[in-house]
This record gives sequence, structure tokens and C-alpha cells, in this order.
Amino acid sequence: MSDDLYQEIILDHYKNPRGVHSLDHALAESHQVNPTCGDEVTVWVGEGDNGSLDVAYVGQGCSISQASASVMSELVAGKDAATVSKLEDAFMELMQSKGNLQPDEDVLEDAIAFAGVSKYPARIKCALISWMALKDARIKAGLTDHASDIDEEN
Amino acid sequence: MALNVDEIRSDFPILKRDVRGVPLVYLDSGATSQKPSVVLDAERAFYETSNAAVHRGAHALAEEATDAYESAREVIAGFVGASSDEIVFTKNATEAINLVAYAFSNATDKHRQGIEVDPRFVLRPGDNIVVTEMEHHANLIPWQEVCAKTGATLKWFGITADGRLDMESNPIDQNTKIVSVVHQSNILGTINPIEDIMRMAHSAGALGFVDMCQSVPHMPVDVHATGADFAAWSGHKMLGPTGIGLLWGKSELLNAMPPFLSGGSMIEMVNMDHSTYAPAPQRFEAGVPMVAQAVALATAVGYLEQIGMDNVAEHEHELTEYLLNRLQELPGVHIIGPPNAIDRGSAVSFVVDGMHPHDVGHIMDSRGVAVRVGHHCAWPTCRRFDVPATTRITPYLYNSRADMDAAVEAIVAAQEFFGVLPESEKVGL
Ligand SMILES: Cc1ncc(COP(=O)(O)O)c(C=O)c1O
Repeated sequence: MSDDLYQEIILDHYKNPRGVHSLDHALAESHQVNPTCGDEVTVWVGEGDNGSLDVAYVGQGCSISQASASVMSELVAGKDAATVSKLEDAFMELMQSKGNLQPDEDVLEDAIAFAGVSKYPARIKCALISWMALKDARIKAGLTDHASDIDEEN
Repeated sequence: MALNVDEIRSDFPILKRDVRGVPLVYLDSGATSQKPSVVLDAERAFYETSNAAVHRGAHALAEEATDAYESAREVIAGFVGASSDEIVFTKNATEAINLVAYAFSNATDKHRQGIEVDPRFVLRPGDNIVVTEMEHHANLIPWQEVCAKTGATLKWFGITADGRLDMESNPIDQNTKIVSVVHQSNILGTINPIEDIMRMAHSAGALGFVDMCQSVPHMPVDVHATGADFAAWSGHKMLGPTGIGLLWGKSELLNAMPPFLSGGSMIEMVNMDHSTYAPAPQRFEAGVPMVAQAVALATAVGYLEQIGMDNVAEHEHELTEYLLNRLQELPGVHIIGPPNAIDRGSAVSFVVDGMHPHDVGHIMDSRGVAVRVGHHCAWPTCRRFDVPATTRITPYLYNSRADMDAAVEAIVAAQEFFGVLPESEKVGL
């Protein structure tokens, strides 16, 4: 039942979320809501060691939104802006795939568990809001590198 | 008289379909109802035999179409004890509420420019508008907008812990110009004492509006008997098509209001620099209206009348009572709204410990059970109960006890899947 959506990894991250805290030295934050169901997430982005990003979040909402935030915070930890930007694009592409994309586990790691979400249009926003908050906070913080960031800054 | 649900169901083609490989159990009629074949046939028949623009032209089809449109108005008016000149067709209930809200802001604008308008629609800083904390956004935001434009203040009745209006919090006073209240809450299911509230409004010299979106489709309603001055509801929630809503207003008031949308069909005399307007309801029906939808909605009304609204209400009452009892037997499930079926309609909202409503709804859907999840366009009501959202079951005349059982089983399955049944291991949220 709903196995394609609720992968074990998702349920695990929902019940034991990682990365939930605020960030004292944040350069920027972004608060995103999903008005259809009330999911909320705030992501903080700061500068870590050796050009890496520090990312933290707090949120409330459904299992997909909260597990996605948790997986995201683990996945981007210690990575630089260029790598994070590529991860954002890869995750976005997966969510827009309507279930027709074989995600690259080497790139997306645990986040491949969300592949099934792309078949349920009503849930895609749930999976995406933490990633949207991340990108928004990262751009606000000026932690950009990837060429596509510049285009999308409006 | 008990409804013959099997027979009724056979009139609704969509109820025969599967979803996600299992039979559909449709329990989202509060959002929109399904349509019987007669309604679909009526719309098609209109296009096949009498289609023309109404109130324009003198050819045979134009006459037939106008006749069909105006007859539909009469049927729909009769259904709620109104006369046809009191019924305005709009695109939905939201537009009907906006129509009256805009009468206030437009009259206030004109008054400020020295144009003579009916003083009952003029708002000044210090005046107030009263709603409740259980309004659908459709009966909240338009009044917020009116307040922002006119300087009037928005006030509201609060809600008690068991989902009733808190009459102690009554904010109606001598400065109240309009009181707008939902008849049956779409999220809590509460049926409000609108006759009392309309009486309070009138004693304070205010006008009274009732949002009947969740009452007219589900119970017998006589708009005059409620004591209201205005009411709004939607065709698509009462077996009719989308694209048609209703405003009922006392004739004298409708004729005292400035127009909302303007253009063709709503005029009396037109000059290059000024115009005069037709009396209501034409004044509020600018442009070519939704004729086929009106015809189909009149057919839906006929279908409901044949079954009898008393019978529909009684059937829903039985289902609601049964469902409330079954839900209250489930550990970890909490009803948001009145826990008993007294003065209560069929909209039943609940939350499940350890699970977000979206997840509950998703797993119910995987078993074919279609329910609504979210804030149901009543976000402040969710906030009042400190929940981000709820899962909502809204049965209608085509639902059976078996559908209630299917919903309850689906909820238990969701709890098992998420491992949140209270007996099982505790989950930190
Ligand atoms: C109580 C209530 N008011 C207003 C509305 C708005 O109706 P519509 O969206 O058809 O305009 C609804 C529909 O969800 C409702 O349930």
C-alpha cells in the first residue's frame, strides 16, 4: 500500500529527523509554506569550513515535507555552493519526472527515495518546499557559484 | 423515509469507476458533489436543442433559451422559498459574496464623491462588519478587503472547544453594518443558530448575510424563514454543474445596491458619458450568462426535490451519527468539531495522533477512499484548534454505511502503516 510513495527511508527520516535546529551564524534564512496543506519550513544557510555551506532547518508538516527537509540537510552538509546548486537542480528534475526518471544514487543518495513522489502531483510541493527554501536562502546569502543561479536571481 | 442508496448510486456514472485499481468511495462532497446523468443530459439537451444568447435577439432559439434560463431561475428560487426576482446567478458562491461585499465598498466610494447612495451600504471608520472564526475564506477575505478599503473594522464570533459558536463573544453592536455567518461550517460541520444571529443583527440595525454553501445542498432551507437579508451558495455542491452560483437577496435591498460587474445586459439606458441600470436581478448579471448550467442546475433541484430534502437530511444525519460513533471508538483519532450529531451536518473533520492529515488522506486514497485534506479554506479555524490541517469526510445522499466503514478501515490501515496505533511503539513527532 502506497509503497511507491512511503519508502522506508522516508518514514525513518520523518520519525527521526536530522538537521533540525536554527543556525546562529546564518547569513540568510528562508521561510516557505505550502498553502494547500499548511506545510512550513524555515531554512538557514551560513558559511562553513573550506567554502562549504552550513544548513539547518525547522519545520512542520506531512511526512513527505519533513523527511525531504531532513534528507536535504544531510545531503548538502559540508558541500560547496556549486555542488549544492547542482543537487537542487537534480532533485527538481526528479520531482518533475512523473515517475519516468531513474535517479542517480551516487548524486542524490537517500533523496532517490522521493522518486515515487513525482507520480503524485498533490505531493510534489511537499517534497520541494525545503529545497526551495534552501535555494532562496542560499541566493539571499550570496552563496552562489553555479551559472544557473545567476540567471534565476530575479 | 430511508433513501434507496443503491438506486441513487446507479444514477451517478462516476461512482462506478475504479481509482488506483480499487472501487471509488467518494467522500468529498463538501468540496464538490458528483452529478447524476439527468443533470448531464439536461446540459447537453440544452445545447442540442435551444442554445442561444439569452435576453438578446428575437429569433425562436433566443426566445426558447431565455425561457429556459428564466424557468431555471424560478425552479431554483422555489427550492429555497424565494421569488425569482430575488435570485441572481453568479459564477459560484465566492462571486455571490463578493457581489454584496463590493456593494459596500462601491457605495462607500460613491458616497465619498458626493454621489447619492443607500446609506445602509456606506461604511465609515468606526463601523464594523461581523463574521465568525469558522468562516470559509470566501466569507472572510472579501470582508477583510471591504474593511481595508473603507476603514471599517472586522470583528468575529469565537468558537468553543466543542466547535460551536461562542455566543458570549458576540461582537455585534450599534456600529455593526453587516453580519455574515456560515450556516453549516464546511470544516467543523456545526450548524449555527442563524435565526438568532440574524435577529441580533437586525436589532443592531445591521444587515444579515448567510453563507449557505453547506446547508442548501443538504437540508430543507427557506431563506425568508432564516431572517437573513442575503444568502449565497454554489450549484456544484448540490448535484449541479460547476460555473454557477446563487445569490439570494431581498428584492428591495438588491435594487438599492450599486452594480458589481458592469457591461452588457445589466443596463437600462446607455449614453456615451453615463448609463442607468436595470433592476435586479439583471443589474447583477453582466454579459452572456451561464444558461446551460442554469438549466442543468434546475434539473439537479428537480432530482433533489423528488428524493425530498427532508429525506436527504435524515439520511446524512444517520450516516453522520454512525461515523462520529465509529471514529470515537478509534484510539488516537480526534474529531475537530461537535462530537455528536446534534445541530450538525455531515462534514466530519478529524486528526490522527502521530500523523499529518496529508498522509492520512494519501493512504485512504490508496484504498479508493477520496477525502479532503488541508485547511479546507478555513485556516483561522484550524489555528483555533491548533492543528495545521485536518482530514475531512463529507458524505452525501449517494453514500452508505458501507462507505463509512470503508473510511474507518482506511484510517486504521493508515495508523498501522505509520506505526502510530497507540498500543504499538511510541513515535516521537
Ligand atoms: C462554507 C463554504 N463557503 C463558501 C464556499 C465557496 O464556494 P465556491 O468555491 O463554490 O465559490 C465553500 C466551498 O468550498 C464552502 O464550503
